[in-house]
Amino acid sequence: MIQLVPRSEVSTLWQFLTPVLAVLATMVAGGLLFWVMGYDPVAAIKTIFWDPLFGMASSYSRPQLLVKAAPLILIASGLAIGFRAGIWNIGAEGQYIIGAICGAAVALAAYPSEGMWIFPAMVVAGAAGGWAWGMIPATLRNWFGASEILVSLMLVYVAQRVAAWMAFGPMKNPEGFGFPGSRNLQQYPSASNPELIAGTGTHWGVVAAAVAVLATWFLMSRHIRGFHIRTAGLAPRAARFAGVKPETLVAFCLGLSGALAGMAGLFEVAGPAGQITDKIGVGYGFTAIIVAFLGRLHPVGILLAGLLLALTYIGGELAQLMLNLPAATVQVFQGMMLFFLLGFDLLTRFKIQRRVVA
Amino acid sequence: MIDPLSIFLLLLSASTPILFAALGELIVERAGVLNLGVEGMMITGALAGFAVAYVSGSPFLGFAAAATGGAAVSLLFAVLTQFLLANQVASGLALTLFGLGLAALFGKPFEGVKAPPMIPGPFRINWIVWLGLVMVPLIWWFLNRSRGGLILRGVGENHDAAHALGYNVRLVRIGAIAFGGAMAGIGGAFISIATVLQWTEGMTAGAGWIALAIVVFSNWTATGVLVGAWLFGGVTVLQLRLQAAGVKVPVQLLSMAPYLATIIVLVLISARQKFSRRAGGAAPGSLGQNFHALR
Repeated sequence: MIQLVPRSEVSTLWQFLTPVLAVLATMVAGGLLFWVMGYDPVAAIKTIFWDPLFGMASSYSRPQLLVKAAPLILIASGLAIGFRAGIWNIGAEGQYIIGAICGAAVALAAYPSEGMWIFPAMVVAGAAGGWAWGMIPATLRNWFGASEILVSLMLVYVAQRVAAWMAFGPMKNPEGFGFPGSRNLQQYPSASNPELIAGTGTHWGVVAAAVAVLATWFLMSRHIRGFHIRTAGLAPRAARFAGVKPETLVAFCLGLSGALAGMAGLFEVAGPAGQITDKIGVGYGFTAIIVAFLGRLHPVGILLAGLLLALTYIGGELAQLMLNLPAATVQVFQGMMLFFLLGFDLLTRFKIQRRVVA
Repeated sequence: MIDPLSIFLLLLSASTPILFAALGELIVERAGVLNLGVEGMMITGALAGFAVAYVSGSPFLGFAAAATGGAAVSLLFAVLTQFLLANQVASGLALTLFGLGLAALFGKPFEGVKAPPMIPGPFRINWIVWLGLVMVPLIWWFLNRSRGGLILRGVGENHDAAHALGYNVRLVRIGAIAFGGAMAGIGGAFISIATVLQWTEGMTAGAGWIALAIVVFSNWTATGVLVGAWLFGGVTVLQLRLQAAGVKVPVQLLSMAPYLATIIVLVLISARQKFSRRAGGAAPGSLGQNFHALR
């Protein structure tokens, strides 16, 4: 028989190895799935993980990597901070949608005037919208003890309906020939979020994601607030004795992750998406949860995990085009990755030994 | 005119998916496990049930398949949390994301076809609605009057004590998780087979999460779950009625009602639990904590 023996300290080696193992296991299990479904497993895995970077269409898909990774990294950086403290914001998708709507509202209000102030004001509005949407579960938890998990998740569905209402009602393009959806912000120079360096996919959201990685690294490893967050996650009682107010942390973590998700939404609506539609939320808020875990809740890990998950999006689209693989494959892949990661995580906390029968 | 009886029948139907899922989760949580994967298990059941019902022509076979499918995916969660000791919140989320993806992947061939008709039960009420109503006293009896229920609650309140008494904590919890999966599967299949009559991607639309909120609302009792499910069903029916009556409020805003109502109810009940004497209400003592026996 084998036996699990708890480690006295979390194994650093396995912390690095388990995400890699999880990705490899996902490739194997995913290959099996494709084989069962009647596709060539090797070709499918190669199309998803290799071709977007080095294949024939890579000149098109490589810039897409940053476009897709930026919102994931931006959102996951915020989520990871809360997860470290045991504060579960799983409604980032809603905060992302509200951020996009608030940012777009500034642009649509200013239309058609041009000015340097418009885009910065949109970023502020996007962040504020996401922050406010995140503060709802925070406040309800602090005042009434309502579960932030359930409230933040419910608010995703509410946000989706707000987006649909906006697209069909108040924000509908008056020159849109009756089609739902707002004006296209890509065609409004002062409000658009264009590619900054041609051919790289770099837009302001990518810049913001890079800043977020640096800032959260500083916060978590060099700032007293980060120390409090880590303490509260590992030893809530100890944190309380040290004078850390749980309410402050709840508000800080949900507010910050909401603001970052809101900004991600704004950069998306002003850039790649272009307009507010009822489908403005494409699931980045949920995928970012996987990014946060796969990145071990560490800023650098999140950067790498964000790029990898972005790759699965692009590779999935490519596989859809080349091999006629269903679009939902990517979702299954991402879910599997989280499963395997959580499973392999055992190795960071336990040693596996043969049981000695006395 | 609207007659109260037909409204009540609509309410019963609207509350059934949530009732099944929440009763299942009630058992899971009373065993001390927090499974946030209800939405994933429901959508799996919705697809498995619809597919089998469509292929075989028998809705009842469909519901059996839904229960099996829901239980099968719930075992993924069971392996992660009971053997690999993974964080329950994260594992539940993973189950939801995975289930939604899996159902979307295998559901493609079933888009656009219609479910076979069901033979209504007594009083022209669906058999599954009846089954749900019967499950409420059964689960109440199991939890409060049976030996098995006592063991289950013991495992949920204090897993170390239950282990010391010689009960197999892991086995009890795996059984509870599988039961929760089967119930969620049936609940999901009720949406696809009996309500909407077809399969669409993501059709459970948060019902699993509402079920989780209703377990909190119920203060972890079977009767509370029934009240919560009916409350939710009532809000849904009211919202649909207002849409049909052509109220001058955008449809998108009206359709927020169930989600907003869930938040409001959750806040009210959490506040009551917070300010009452026992902090956390009647939540099981070991809820959400993993158990690892060193000996």
